[in-house]
This record gives sequence, C-alpha cells and structure tokens, in this order.
Amino acid sequence: MPTRALNNPASATAGIPFSPGRTRSKRRPRSRRRTTLTRPAGLALGISVLWFSLLVMIPLALLLISSVEDGWSTFWDTLTNVQTAHAIRLTLVSALAATAVNLVMGLLIAWVLVRDRFPGRWLIELMIDIPFALPSLVAGLVLLSLYGPESPLGINVLGTPASVFLALLFVTLPFVVRTVQPVLGELDRDVERAAHSLGASRATTVRRIILPALTPALAAGATLCFARGVGEFGALVILSGNRPNISEGAPMRIQSYIEVDNTAAAATVAVLLLATALTATLLVEVLTSQERHR
Amino acid sequence: MSVTRTALRTVVIAYLFFLVGWPLWMVVQETFLSGENHLVSTLQDPAVRSALRVTLAAAAWAVVLNTVFGITLGILLVRHDFPGKRLLGLFVDLPIAVSPIVVGLALLLAYGPVQGWLGRPLAELGILVVFSFPGIVLAVTFVSLPLVLRAVIPVLREIGIEQEVAARSLGAHAVQILWRITLPSIRGAVTYGIILTLARAVGEFGAVLIISGGLVGQTETATMAVQRFHQGFATGSSYAIGFLLALIGIAALAIVTVLRPKEHTRGN
Repeated sequence: MPTRALNNPASATAGIPFSPGRTRSKRRPRSRRRTTLTRPAGLALGISVLWFSLLVMIPLALLLISSVEDGWSTFWDTLTNVQTAHAIRLTLVSALAATAVNLVMGLLIAWVLVRDRFPGRWLIELMIDIPFALPSLVAGLVLLSLYGPESPLGINVLGTPASVFLALLFVTLPFVVRTVQPVLGELDRDVERAAHSLGASRATTVRRIILPALTPALAAGATLCFARGVGEFGALVILSGNRPNISEGAPMRIQSYIEVDNTAAAATVAVLLLATALTATLLVEVLTSQERHR
Repeated sequence: MSVTRTALRTVVIAYLFFLVGWPLWMVVQETFLSGENHLVSTLQDPAVRSALRVTLAAAAWAVVLNTVFGITLGILLVRHDFPGKRLLGLFVDLPIAVSPIVVGLALLLAYGPVQGWLGRPLAELGILVVFSFPGIVLAVTFVSLPLVLRAVIPVLREIGIEQEVAARSLGAHAVQILWRITLPSIRGAVTYGIILTLARAVGEFGAVLIISGGLVGQTETATMAVQRFHQGFATGSSYAIGFLLALIGIAALAIVTVLRPKEHTRGN
C-alpha cells in the first residue's frame, strides 16, 4: 500500500523536479509526486510516445536525414543558390522587421488595453485575436482586399517584397500583445507611484520601472512572433505573388522545390526553417522558466 | 498625461483599423454586398460541399486524436515522473512552431507512397496515406497536436491531487478516479483545447496542400478550394468560402473568450 504522503517533507518541493539523477532505486520512498509509473500508466506513456514518434519525430528526423543525404556540399549549394538565398533573406528580414514593429505596437496595444478605459475596448480585444482565428490563407485574402490591385487606398503590395512584411505583420499581431498584457496587468502600481513621488518623470518611470519588468514577456512574445513569421505560408501564397528574387519567401521556395520533386533541396531549406523554429521554442522555454523562478 | 493617453489610444485604434478592421470589412462587403449572394451560390457547388465535408471530417479526427493524446500525456506529465520527461515536454510543443509547409514535407518524406520511409511499405500493403484522406488527417493532427495538452496541463497542476488521494483512501480504483474526479475537473480546459484544435485544423493550408494531392471533389479541403477559386479569378466564390472559414474561426474565438474567465474563477 502506498503511504499517503501529504505530510511528507518532500511534498514541499513538489513543483520543482527534485530527483537529482535519472536512476531511481525501488526503495525510494513515495513522495507526493509519484516517481515511478504504474503499469497502465507506463503502457499509456508508451503508446503516447509511439504515436508522437510516428506523427512528429520520425517525419522530422527523415527531414534532417534527407537534407544532408547528398552530402554537405549539396546542402550548402542549395542554401547559396541565388534564388533560394534571396528567398531566405527576404523571409528573415521581413520576420525581423515585423517583430520589431510588433514589439513597439504590441507594447502600446497591451498598455492601452490594461491601463486605458473607454467604450469599445472589447472591439480592440476582438481584433487582436482575429489573426489567430483566421486561417492564414484567408488572412491573405483579407489583406489583399485593402492592399491589393483594387485597393481603395491606392496601395498595392501584391508581388512586392513589402507584401511579405505586411502578411507577417498581420499574422503575428497577437503574440507580443498577449504575452505582455497579463504581466502588465499584474505590475504593482505602487512602485510606479513611489517612483513618481520620489520625483521620477513619466519617461524615467517607464524606462527604469516598467520596461525592465516587461522585458522577459517582451522577449518571449518577440520570439514567438519571429518563429511564426519565418514559417508563414498561407498568407504569402495569396499576397506575395510568388515572384522569384522579388517577393518569394523561403516557405514558398520549399513548395516550388517539392513541386519539381527536388525533395533534398526542399528539405535543406526546411531544416533551416525548422532550426529557426526550434531555437525560438528553446529560447521561449529558457526565458519563461527564468521568469517563473524570479 | 491625458494627452499621451489620447495619443496612444488613437495610434492603437488607427493601427488596428488599417491592419485588421477595414480589410475584414472589405471581405464581408465583397461576399454579401457586391450584388449577388456568393455564399449561397458557392455552397451549391458539389465540389465545395465535398471540400467542406473533407475539412470537417479531418478536423473531427484531429480533435479525437489530440484530445486522447492531450489528456493522456497531460496526466502523465503532471502526475508522474519518468526519465526524459522534460525533453518530451519540450518536443511536444514543437509542432506549433514548425512551418506548415515543413510539416507537409516531413510527412511526405515519411508517408509518401514512393519515397516514404513508412509510406512505401504501407503502399505495398495497399494502404495509401499521402494523397488520400488519412494523410489529411495526419497533417491537421500534426499542426494542432499540443493544443489540448497545453490547455489541460495548467489546470491539472492547479487542482492538485488532494481529491484524488481522498478518493483513493476511500477505496476508489484508478479508473474510477480518472472518470469521476480527474476528467470532470478538467472538462473546461479540454473544451477550450478542443475548440482551438478545431479552429486550427479547419484553417490548415500549407501542410494539407503538400499531402492531400488536392483532387477536386475528393481530397480537396476548404482552404484549398479558396486558393483554387482565387487562382481562377472566381473572387466571389473564394471570398465566400474564406468568409465561411473566417466565421468558424471567429465563432471559435468567441466561445474560447467566454470559456476562459470561467476557468480562472474556478481555479481561484
């Protein structure tokens, strides 16, 4: 019979992984957190991991293998191909630019949502989440209606490099807002009042008090934003016009490689995108765990 | 102070109006106010109906698979300790961050009937994955994989194990605890995850484009139909299906927004 261990001192550390090593002896006392799997739980874990491997890990591993199958020189040749290099550069630059704009605008929007009260605020809340709700292909259509050839504003980005930037700006809108907003909402206003009463100007308070507290959230939001921007496909299909060396982004390049059955080259560009996404995910993990320990 | 506030408010409203509000309004206008009602005429097209059916069926599969996977792995990750747990928790978030086109390519390399590592043996057995419905299911399940899991994990952490321990001390066995205690208490989170999964699966385009083969009337999904009409300059029809998909997405968003605060009050 497992002892009920609610009073076990180990339960104080339940939130933190407290096992130092990976080898576990059977004599280890059962703490609040069970450290061994029961037989059905082990079976469930086995099936889950098998399914996850079949669906995600094996295909992604095959992608890695396929990219270097023909040797490293082919790998580099693909990445340095003029059209491919241009597509990769366009995607990275557009994603960086969209991230930069999002950092500023996301912070402003979060600020207005948290600190400002006015009628119609719910409409802003709704609009922030719309890029999450819309299929990215539809996002492309939506943008095309105002910034396409029949634009009532006279702005036509169809087939220009700016189209990639605009598309990314739209699909990445919610990330910074939604990561910064809860942190901003929980900030202690007393600290700001104290700073103010000690003679700090509004700008100093923002720079010395508010921004430092928001930095982890901003960084996490920016990383999500960048990762999503690099991988965006649907909106580009509609909006970019897919003109080689002008408005063709890296995901579009992968598609054209697949269409001509050059899966090795497609895998090479894909691995680059995947590495970017993986780095971003790891960064978010590191940043948010830092925040949690604070 | 109040000047800054007004200025900020104006900048934010203008930015969102030009980026989201106005373009969205244009789509509504194009669909309904441009003379004929494209929505009705488009929905009578049998190919469109088939595309919508394929999309919804694949999304339903994704919901079932990811709900089972999400709840199972969620309980395992929160309630148990095992070697490699941190790594698994890290990898499980990966599908969200991968570009849809990369998802399509990876699945093609694994399950393609010609070059696929698993696909060729399956094809020899007469099972076609890519370029048929199962491939579409795999693609939309991949891209929405961690959504239920992510919704369930924080709630499982929050509710703790006191009730489960109490139930066990009163003689309940594992299955009873799961059905009577754990599952009812994460119901809200699961619903939240399911709606996110549904929205994501219905709107998927890149991965499905590579995997499904896009045979009109058979393996074409709704998003692919949008692109087909768009390329064929049938703007009205493409906007109509786009509008329908947008409506599904926004409805999902509305439900999620209603669900979320409830989750918070229950947690407190």
